[in-house]
Amino acid sequence: MNKPIVKHKRFRRLIPALVLSAAIVALIAALTLNIFERKGEERNPYFKVVELTDSTDDPAIWGRNFPLQYDAYRRTTDQVRTRFGGSEAIPHTPTDVDPRSVVAQSRLEEDPRLKIMWAGYAFSHDFREERGHAYMFEDQLYTERQRVVQQPGTCLNCHASTYVPMMSLGGGDLKKGFDALNKLPYSEAKNHVKHPVSCIDCHAPDTMKLRVTRPAFIEGLRVAKAAEGIQNYDVNKMATHQEMRTFACAQCHVEYYFKGPEKTLTFPWHKGLTADRILSYYDEQKFKDWVHKDTGAPALKAQHPEFEMWSQGIHARSGVSCTDCHMPFKREGAFKITDHHVRSPMLNVNRSCQTCHRWTEEELKGRVETIQSRTFDMRNTAMNALVELIGDIKAAQSKNVAPEKLEAAREQQRRAQFLLDFVEAENSTGFHAPQEAMRVLGLSIEHSRKGQLHIREPIK
Amino acid sequence: MLKRARTWLNVLTALWILLISVPVGLGAFTFVYAKGYSYLSNDPAACINCHVMRDQYDSWKRSSHHTVAVCNDCHTPGRLHEKYYGKAINGWWHSVAFTTQNFHEPIRIKPANLERANKACVGCHSQILSSAPHTLNERSCVRCHSTVGHL
Repeated sequence: MNKPIVKHKRFRRLIPALVLSAAIVALIAALTLNIFERKGEERNPYFKVVELTDSTDDPAIWGRNFPLQYDAYRRTTDQVRTRFGGSEAIPHTPTDVDPRSVVAQSRLEEDPRLKIMWAGYAFSHDFREERGHAYMFEDQLYTERQRVVQQPGTCLNCHASTYVPMMSLGGGDLKKGFDALNKLPYSEAKNHVKHPVSCIDCHAPDTMKLRVTRPAFIEGLRVAKAAEGIQNYDVNKMATHQEMRTFACAQCHVEYYFKGPEKTLTFPWHKGLTADRILSYYDEQKFKDWVHKDTGAPALKAQHPEFEMWSQGIHARSGVSCTDCHMPFKREGAFKITDHHVRSPMLNVNRSCQTCHRWTEEELKGRVETIQSRTFDMRNTAMNALVELIGDIKAAQSKNVAPEKLEAAREQQRRAQFLLDFVEAENSTGFHAPQEAMRVLGLSIEHSRKGQLHIREPIK
Repeated sequence: MLKRARTWLNVLTALWILLISVPVGLGAFTFVYAKGYSYLSNDPAACINCHVMRDQYDSWKRSSHHTVAVCNDCHTPGRLHEKYYGKAINGWWHSVAFTTQNFHEPIRIKPANLERANKACVGCHSQILSSAPHTLNERSCVRCHSTVGHL
């Protein structure tokens, strides 16, 4: 009679052991699978789902092979402010000519002196804070500047994915396609492009290696290297991988002008990369962007010279590329990938700055904003000086001032304006090269004040 | 009756054996598959099994100390029981962090581990400590000598 009870007791003792054992087995199995997955990720950096060719310009197709990079790339739609940059999402009532429902804040409203500085130029009509890469085409298509002046197709070089369109326009010859695109009116050229900057603009589809696809940069770097004494430089053959991590961005984030009636996109680096050397090249070419409405000065507009400014700074000197800070490495599982959500390092201090600088986030942000505040103060000083010069020239024109004196003052305005604009248009508020930015602003102030002296009554 | 009881006992024993041997066997497999044994060695390559420390490994290879010290010399110093306590406690937290993918990047040394590394510096360089400026009240060697272990 006792035995069945003993049996049951023995069996009951087994139950917790059974449960524990099952739990342990389940945990170990889960761990094994986790390790298996990580090892797999290490072995296969990507899974080839579709075949990419030299004419695949749709980023969504590349995204099937590289979903992690593609996801991050799509996030360039984010609109986040930093202290001196970034963009704020401002609601916009869609109209027939501008169907956007969201735009960025207007810089002209933030600082009306810009309208005086650019009087007579399309930028004095509409100039907003730049938004992320995702908006590059849309924002150019619908800016009011398009309605003020006739733009050439050249503009698209950096506002759309143009590698495939240029190849097809040139019948397989990139340079020919580039020339053809430049000559088209914008209204027609825009029909040839579909996407904002895309995977194929920076990557070779078979190897994923970085490559330069913009003929203007290939030529620009060739002349810049020649000025340094290096002849026949070919960026796609001679640049190191780390250099390409800057050059890929420098295809567009640079100062440029449209040369001649062909409207060829040209980077003015024939004498060097600094603001004053670029200015002296423009002087030699007798180039002007527009004639200032109030003074008649042959003025120049500087455009986002990030690469040039960076090249004068400590980070360039230390071999730090654009990508290191604006697209830092991040980890997804065992993958280590470049963050394709291109953005301000101030929104990603941890991965951008702290990889090298062992200080707290607040400290690093504080350092950057100190540099930027000082630059911004000096930029305001230079802007006031320029506005005063413009005011003086306007006044002098209605008085009996000698034409050669007026001409000399206008010449100074051209210089002061370009040098100030070089720092103003550059997207780091001085951070890319703090001392260089201050030097350029110092020069600008000097030209403004010299201009005022030309038309001032001599002290008797 | 006796026979039936014995059979029942055998079944129970077999069950017990199964309950213990399956987790042990699976555990052993995982241990080998994940190269668990490598963590008992002194080989720096063990530290890059999971790739998170690849940068640290590369920078150690270029540092001045790579000819005289491997990871363990600085990060798990001391006698056998201290060394294995250091390995065990870090091994556990590293596994948790990597498995759950929840850790600060770039990775940062924890105060206890900094203390451990500092002890290793002093272990070899104790003589320097009596000369200026090392008599100052600075407790971390790597605050000034930040590139000796990892360039």
